[in-house]
Amino acid sequence: MIRSITRPKPEQEIDRLLEGLGRVFIIGCGTCTTLTRTGGEPEVSEMRNHLTRKGKMITGDVVLPVACDNLTGQALKDYADQIRLADVLLIMSCAFGAQTIARQGKKIVVPAVDTLFIGKESSVGLFDEICTQCGTCIIGETGGICPVTSCHKGMVNGPCGGTKNGKCEIDPMRDCAWTLIYNRLKDLGRLDAMRKYHKPRNHQGEPMPGKWMLAGR
Amino acid sequence: MVSAFKKALQSGKFVVTSEVGPPKGTNLDRFKHHIELLKDKVDALNVTDHQSSVMRYPSLGGALLVKEIGGEPILQMTCRDRNRIALQSDLLFAHSRDICNVLCLTGDSVILGDHKEAKGVFDLDSSQLLATIRLMEKGKDLGGNALEGPVSFCAGAIVTPEADPLEPQLIKFEKKVEAGAEFIQTQAVYDLDNFKSFMDYAKQFPVKILAGIILLTSAAMARFMNKNVAGVRVPQELIDEMASAPKGRALEKGIQICGRMIRRLREERMCDGVHIMAIGKEEVVPEIMSAAGLL
Repeated sequence: MIRSITRPKPEQEIDRLLEGLGRVFIIGCGTCTTLTRTGGEPEVSEMRNHLTRKGKMITGDVVLPVACDNLTGQALKDYADQIRLADVLLIMSCAFGAQTIARQGKKIVVPAVDTLFIGKESSVGLFDEICTQCGTCIIGETGGICPVTSCHKGMVNGPCGGTKNGKCEIDPMRDCAWTLIYNRLKDLGRLDAMRKYHKPRNHQGEPMPGKWMLAGR
Repeated sequence: MVSAFKKALQSGKFVVTSEVGPPKGTNLDRFKHHIELLKDKVDALNVTDHQSSVMRYPSLGGALLVKEIGGEPILQMTCRDRNRIALQSDLLFAHSRDICNVLCLTGDSVILGDHKEAKGVFDLDSSQLLATIRLMEKGKDLGGNALEGPVSFCAGAIVTPEADPLEPQLIKFEKKVEAGAEFIQTQAVYDLDNFKSFMDYAKQFPVKILAGIILLTSAAMARFMNKNVAGVRVPQELIDEMASAPKGRALEKGIQICGRMIRRLREERMCDGVHIMAIGKEEVVPEIMSAAGLL
């Protein structure tokens, strides 16, 4: 299952964002930030204690089941009184959840995490970005591995000169996507696919911000 | 117009190129000094394009300066900092000012440079930039529009003969040749027996190959490159040889090694020439050439 992968914001940044806002209501999420341990029950509880020590008044907190769900507005109604007392909502869900909550339009929201990417848990505790939803999928020609996402430079015609022992020039922990693609295509007996020239990509496959309407809507 | 560099490539002589790196800032004195020192000794001078993703005076400005001083520039163009609109526009400008040689590179990641938070563009890659040049020579741009006056370039690219794994690099090399590369300047090579095997393969393609030679200045530098620079492998014997140099004489030893390697490449007719990179020590390039018997 895909997940929204998040990382806690630095403490100083949260302090700055909460400057002058004394009463805080904290919202976590039972889905993605629970999985990444950035906004589940334990982290919300820790944040509550942490901010209390810093002199903030915590008017309440909740871990919503799925913060980005359309039912979030309804779920927050149960906490209306505590939210009304707060100057700010500190959101420990990903930015999808934070924006869903912000759309309720009643309070300032401050995210406590940075949303990194939509990713997959490749092994326990390890998350990888494998699709950036570019709108012009080419994995049919690259052995089912996306170079637009998995290559740091998004190269579609093969590796750059930065491959070192099959790893990326920016980080020896990151695989070179083109080494992976090469190995996969070789296993499949389809190395010829790598010889195909790809013309410059259409970077406007779906112009940002994406919008899509179902036929007959 | 056929560039002097292209004529040299076609002449069958052993071609020598070197490179100059524009400064960080507007003081061009040292840069000009390097150009003046080298312009009549080599067949062409590469002008690096924000090498290692470090912001500097532009390669286009540097190439113009080479031209003004009377040298033959090879304009290095990476795809890191400009999208296809800016790259094509710079190609129009280069052509209009008689800069006739271009080396197409993907470019290092911005993360390796001195503006680590910049956006890396990579709208095109090196093979696509080569194909773009060939398209513009036919009077068209990437948008499919007619150009009022086409361009004409001697275009080249790079290859890493010591890459690991190697085959993906070779496939990319073949794509670059198909996309229109007329010359290749390789990443640094030190193991010439390995390079010979690469050349046995590369010779079947219609492209001129200049072996990349990076001056070793110390054993520590060689070890540093082995550890940190992708696609560069200095064999232990050379590191030992550098380490054996008496104190204060390592540079001399490095020059000697370069000279010896170039001499062998030339005598055995292994490739079409060399590209000498003396990163930060451009003033010793003539000494390297003398040691190689080229001056």
